[in-house]
Amino acid sequence: MKNPLDSLWGTVITGVVLTVVLYYLARIIMGG
Amino acid sequence: MTWDFIQHGLARWIHIMAGVMWIGLLYYFNFVQVAALKNAAADTPPTGAGITKHVAPRALFYFRWAAVVTVVFGIIILGDKLDDALFFKERAYVPIGIGAWLGLIMFFNVWVLIWPNQKKILGIVPATDDEKNKARRVAFLASRTNTALSIPMLFFMSSSYLFHAPMFA
Repeated sequence: MKNPLDSLWGTVITGVVLTVVLYYLARIIMGG
Repeated sequence: MTWDFIQHGLARWIHIMAGVMWIGLLYYFNFVQVAALKNAAADTPPTGAGITKHVAPRALFYFRWAAVVTVVFGIIILGDKLDDALFFKERAYVPIGIGAWLGLIMFFNVWVLIWPNQKKILGIVPATDDEKNKARRVAFLASRTNTALSIPMLFFMSSSYLFHAPMFA
């Protein structure tokens, strides 16, 4: 599989996906 | 001048200015310079020497020191709430704590992965061609990692309000 960080758009999409994951993680840590 | 004014006024101002310079130069490297150097290397003869000699070292200087100023003033802003944020001790500090961790990982990447490898690439320290090629890959991936991390980092720096507002009505 190609490393998404090799492409600029892959990097941006990785960052956006990570934002969504961390947003929900933060909500869980904060108690919903 | 009160400490409160320094901590929440001046420190915040300097933190944001330095952060703009740090992330601005990070985006310059990733959105502009990488592609420009690739195209320049494909020219006959190659035309990227000026960027490598005159632009990259200056950009890297402001890049790495802006990272230091950003982190130092971020720590000053958090003050005695630093451990509440970093160890998620207080509910309200969870979003900024996540943002701070992302910023610290990025800071580590700048000083431990990007700068030492860029010194080899730019010829500031001696390196064989093989070492330069390896350094180029490590610095590139660390820089791209920071670009990806900057997206959630900026979200958590600026959006604590979203955690107190419903997403949909």
